[in-house]
This record gives sequence, structure tokens and C-alpha cells, in this order.
Amino acid sequence: MNSLADFVLVSAMLFGIGIYGLITKRNALRLLFAVEIMINAANLNFVAFGQYLPIASGSQAALGQTFVLFSIALAAAETAVILAIVVVAYRLHNDVDVSELKSMEG
Amino acid sequence: MADAIFIAMMVVTVGGAIVALEAEEIVYGAIGLAGSLFGVAALFFLLDAPYVAVFQVTVYIGAVAVLILFTVMLVRQEKWYKELPATSLSRLAGVLTGLAIIIAFAFAVMYTDLSSYTQIQNTAGFLQIGQLISSGYAPVLEVLALVLGAAVVGALTLSRVDREEKQQ
Repeated sequence: MNSLADFVLVSAMLFGIGIYGLITKRNALRLLFAVEIMINAANLNFVAFGQYLPIASGSQAALGQTFVLFSIALAAAETAVILAIVVVAYRLHNDVDVSELKSMEG
Repeated sequence: MADAIFIAMMVVTVGGAIVALEAEEIVYGAIGLAGSLFGVAALFFLLDAPYVAVFQVTVYIGAVAVLILFTVMLVRQEKWYKELPATSLSRLAGVLTGLAIIIAFAFAVMYTDLSSYTQIQNTAGFLQIGQLISSGYAPVLEVLALVLGAAVVGALTLSRVDREEKQQ
């Protein structure tokens, strides 16, 4: 039988991997991968707590799932914008290495 | 104790995430990311949330992963085959920070009674989700639709090629 702790641990692992990617990678697409992994860790946590904790009654039982649906839709919008920015950066600089993109540096 | 299918899906999810970040070629990284997202969808199924799981597969694997694959093909370069390795200092910092977060979460879980929750309490289906979305959270849905539309229009505007720019 799976317990709530198992799901929280998987979520923590995903989050740690995402942090590692954000720190070490410089390719814009890899950074996007890392952010996606972290968003998924948060979603997994949300559904796990929403399903296991005995707080809900009636239609409130679906609160965790509903919020994750909203979160997934937001993440999709964010991905579309980031990918457009990556394509533009590639067209302007012929590179997607974030340490090379200095035209917006203050 | 976790059952076998949970362990298998955990391996798929975490392994896919590692492949996404560490694969030599970025196309394989994108495929690894899709695998990781699929593993998370399977975990949603294990959590008795089939609607969220199907939504995850539709949106993430159907749309986001395919979008990422297309972008990778649009912007791929030969030199990515030998992507510059991160400096050993930043790699060390990344590994240490990631491990610290995982260990901190593990200790936090160990010293609480989270592992005593073994029974899924809330098995809400489509009906409850639909009721929530269409009654109390209807404004959220509207705003979200607006955000999604604005984001897509913004992405299209950003990546549009100007005719004058093209002729130069």
C-alpha cells in the first residue's frame, strides 16, 4: 500500500533534480526542462495531499485535482512563451546558451 | 510499504528527469522529459485521480513535449553534440544543493506522520471537478482562458518573421 510519504519523496526527488538542472545548465532548453520537472513535482505534491488528507467533504474533495488542472494549463501557456523566446534568441544570436545572451544585460 | 508498480513508476519518473537533464543530445533529453511526464501521469492514476492523469497526458505529452521536440529540431546545432560541460565547481554546487533539498525533504517526511496515511480519502471524479470548476472557480477558469489566449498570441507575435527583416 502506498503511503502519502512515498509520493512526497518522489516529489522531493523531482524538485531536487530540477534545482540541480537550474544551477548547472546554461542551455535555455535544458533550463526549460528543469522548470517543467519542478512544476511536475509541485503538481504531484498537490494531488497527493489533496487525495490523502481527510479534510474534504462533498464537492470540496476535488479541490486538489482542480487546482492541478489549472496549474497544468498555466504551465502549458508558460512553455509556449518560453519556446517562442528561445526561437527568437536563436534567430538573433544563433545560440541558445543563456550566458551568451547579453543584449538584455543592465 | 510501496507496491511494485509504484516503484516502477518512480524509477521511470526520476530516471526520465535525470535523462532529460544529462543526455548528451538534447533530442534524447526531450524524450526523457516526455518519459518523466508520463511517469507523473501514472502516479496520478495511482493516486485515484484519473481525470488529472489523462489531462496530464493530453497537455504535457500531446502538446508540450511535441512543441519542445519541434523547437529542438528548429534550433539544433552541430556543436550541441559536444555541449560545453559545466565547470566542475558549478556542477558540485548543483549536486550538493539538489541533494541537500532531497535529504531535507526526506528528514521532514521521516519526522512527521505522513507515512501513516495509507488510505486514499478523497476519490472525487469528473462530477465533483466539474461542479467546482463551473461554480466557485468559474472566474479562475475565465482568467486562465484569457492568460492562455494571451500567451499563445504573444508567442506567435514573438516568433513572427518580419517581411522587411527577411529581405535584408
